[in-house]
Amino acid sequence: MITINLPSEQDTIDLANYLAPILKAGDIITLYGDLGSGKTFFVKHLGKELGINEEIDSPSFIIMKEYLGGRLPLYHLDLYRLKDKEELYDLGIFDILEKGVTVIEWPHIAESILPYQTFKLDFHFDGKSRWVNVFPDDDHKQYFE
Amino acid sequence: MIPQYILAFESSCDDTSVAILDTEYNVIVNLISSQPEHIEFGGILPEMASRLHLRHILTLTKKALDISELNLSDISAIAVSINPGLIGSLIVGLAFAKSLAWSLSLPLVTVNHMLAHIFANCIEHKEIKPPFLAMVVSGGHTELVQFDTLVSFQIVGKTLDDAAGESFDKTAKLLGLGFPGGPIIDDLAKNGNPDFIRFPRALPQKDNFNFSYSGLKTAIRTWLVNQKPEILNDKLPDIAASVQQAIIEPLVNKSVLWARQHKIPYILLAGGVAANSALRKQVTQSAAKYGIKVFYPSTAFCMDNAAMVGAAAIPKFLVGDYAPLTVNVSSKKGTRTV
Repeated sequence: MITINLPSEQDTIDLANYLAPILKAGDIITLYGDLGSGKTFFVKHLGKELGINEEIDSPSFIIMKEYLGGRLPLYHLDLYRLKDKEELYDLGIFDILEKGVTVIEWPHIAESILPYQTFKLDFHFDGKSRWVNVFPDDDHKQYFE
Repeated sequence: MIPQYILAFESSCDDTSVAILDTEYNVIVNLISSQPEHIEFGGILPEMASRLHLRHILTLTKKALDISELNLSDISAIAVSINPGLIGSLIVGLAFAKSLAWSLSLPLVTVNHMLAHIFANCIEHKEIKPPFLAMVVSGGHTELVQFDTLVSFQIVGKTLDDAAGESFDKTAKLLGLGFPGGPIIDDLAKNGNPDFIRFPRALPQKDNFNFSYSGLKTAIRTWLVNQKPEILNDKLPDIAASVQQAIIEPLVNKSVLWARQHKIPYILLAGGVAANSALRKQVTQSAAKYGIKVFYPSTAFCMDNAAMVGAAAIPKFLVGDYAPLTVNVSSKKGTRTV
């Protein structure tokens, strides 16, 4: 695990820009952190750097949004509203995981059924400063040493 | 003239609804069967919702025909909402509507669920004529949609991150309030001072008609850190009113400014957040200064119902914009696909 301080918005953008080019189809990024810790902001810029022109907004209400048109398809999920992990099967989550990059906000409910290796980002904001704890998966460890 | 009747179906989420309207927006019957089965789970279970739609839809259709004293042979078109919503739920309504249209050789008219919320206004306010500006505000939507005719529209502003209703829910959560946030904050705010704290308004530029609500979460957390914990007890109505003002002020200002600049005489509110009392009051007052009239549906037509689906289908039916029987549903949000 490494900790990266994010004193300005640009630092979050830099992290997204650093990560986007090294992603491949099948990668899963799980995002942890409270409301307002910067998760959706990060996904916006990750998508932009993947070459997606469409505006990436919050997927909370419909749980999953698909973005095509970039270097890789991007699936943006927010599992905050889900009560039962059975619903993940109804969403068809296992049909998309191999197709592109899947970014999951509030992934707690899915932890037991996701592949063992996900790229984990834990965002923090205490009202004064922002930072992120990065837990890279094996494929991306070398980029975060 | 012999009246033409439209039989309409709505099954986007957890309410099954069947309605019959004539093409003058008169509702003959509008039946809604909500699904209380979900309450014990504290949320909506998509798979169960579609099974319950299946159980309700035929009974409701028979009942609607009975009440209206009409036969299927009196119907001129079948209308159904096909997006956005829960896929399984939408499929039930569409399959049923398609089967009826095919077996009766009637045209099928498909509509977008969010556009249908806008047309709920036309049922109760027959004086509405385009051009008008619709403000669609709900848990999943924040859009300004300009209608030049009843069948041609463009989205002129939308949220870049959280929807307005989502912002109510999330800020309520940050303040330790319950769910859903909108009605709770609305109630508290009635006894509060909206100028107690000035949280930032995003995208204040006069030529920017988009919305952004994710910064408000940051602003609230930053503010809370510097306060004593008791403030959430002592000043809760003032804090709620200030948060509510930060959410609705951009909606009020941007919608009225767009309508003024483009000489649009009507603003129509639609979606769950359209029930917010301060939003209704402030848009109405601000628009009145410029001779712009504001409409919003009564509570009965704010909830999901098939009458609004039928209303949205009327103009499409009248211009012959029918869907092929191969049409499919979509969970995608937004009003991009009609």
